[in-house]
Amino acid sequence: MTPLADLVRAHPFFAGLPAGMVDLVAGCGANVAYPAGGYVFREGRPADRFFLVRHGRVSLEAFLPGRGPRVFQTLGPGEVVGASWLVEPHLWSWDARALDAVRAVAFDAVCLRGKCDADPTLGYALMKRFVPILVARLQEARLQALDLYGRAS
Amino acid sequence: MTAPPLPLTVREVVGETAEASTIVLDDERGGLAEPVPGQFNMLYPFAVGEAAISLSAFDAGRLTHTVRAVGPVSEALRRLEPGAQVGVRGPFGRGWPMRRARGRDVVLVAGGIGLAPLRPAIHAVLAEREAFGRVLILYGARSPADRLFIAELESWDARDDVDLAVTVDYADGGWRGRVGFVTALLPHIRFDPDHTIAMMCGPEAMMRAVASKLTARGVPASDVHLSMERNMKCAVGTCGHCQFGPLFVCKDGPVFTYAEIEQLLAVREI
Repeated sequence: MTPLADLVRAHPFFAGLPAGMVDLVAGCGANVAYPAGGYVFREGRPADRFFLVRHGRVSLEAFLPGRGPRVFQTLGPGEVVGASWLVEPHLWSWDARALDAVRAVAFDAVCLRGKCDADPTLGYALMKRFVPILVARLQEARLQALDLYGRAS
Repeated sequence: MTAPPLPLTVREVVGETAEASTIVLDDERGGLAEPVPGQFNMLYPFAVGEAAISLSAFDAGRLTHTVRAVGPVSEALRRLEPGAQVGVRGPFGRGWPMRRARGRDVVLVAGGIGLAPLRPAIHAVLAEREAFGRVLILYGARSPADRLFIAELESWDARDDVDLAVTVDYADGGWRGRVGFVTALLPHIRFDPDHTIAMMCGPEAMMRAVASKLTARGVPASDVHLSMERNMKCAVGTCGHCQFGPLFVCKDGPVFTYAEIEQLLAVREI
């Protein structure tokens, strides 16, 4: 079994993170696995973790009454799933489901927030990794929302 | 003066999506010049009007156009049946840089109906696959049902020498593929930015985003090519309908380098 710190260090999200910080972060992590079709998290439940996907793909879904689940994003190996752990009230906004068998590293949000509060340089290092991803996803979501391929384009 | 429209016979009409159809025309007598990938023809459903439609494929005696119904002319084209006649002028415009692409990695990015003008370039690359480096095809559609050329997408996906990534903006539960905007595919592809030619076609907002990301990864703006769309009438640069700053899309394009038009794309008035 690969030690968790090695998995964290090898994941693109944490590329370049100093070794001491990798150990701090890895101390909040655990390997997790989800079968195809299984929920990684559900809308409205506590956002108590975030995930680094190692294998498989995860779909983010909104449930539309009368229409069922609608997928608006899929994420795969090398990508991060979950940002609601960063902001209050720490509740998931959407469903996340494993499209196929998923293996990931899950990080305990309370543990990690505590370490970030105790060591703001760690918090800053994490924010420098999260913010570009969130901004890129926001820009992509806006382009999606514009429905550019529709009739009016 | 350009030549009058040449009446050609519709050989086949294939429904691609709820809004788009592919129309195959017979030109076995070779009445029109041989097109190059990226060029367009002016199609004239008689008694309705004329519209610029990119070639989505061509081979000896067959000219293929894929059209999405957005107005009376394109709607009339979609309603054509085999045996009907349509007037054709062309081919027009500057096409994709196929010669310049040889020996390089080729990144082809399409959004929506924009896969149609890129398809002849893909055919040309695959016909001489050994002449090119990595071949990466990225395609974004509105939904799974809005994908064009589904059987052909599957055949490209089955090849070991092509990297194909398809994504849709939205999907219901049954879709097993990627969901997200086409720009989300870019971080996952590998190419040599110093030896890459990029070709893209889709909505302008999409192309601006893709071109910006490609140049940020080191691809020179002169190696990033975009196929532009404007309302074209004469197709030879005299009427001014498709004027784009100092350029005419029909005559100087429709394919431009990002270096040529980056600043023009930022001017909202044009």
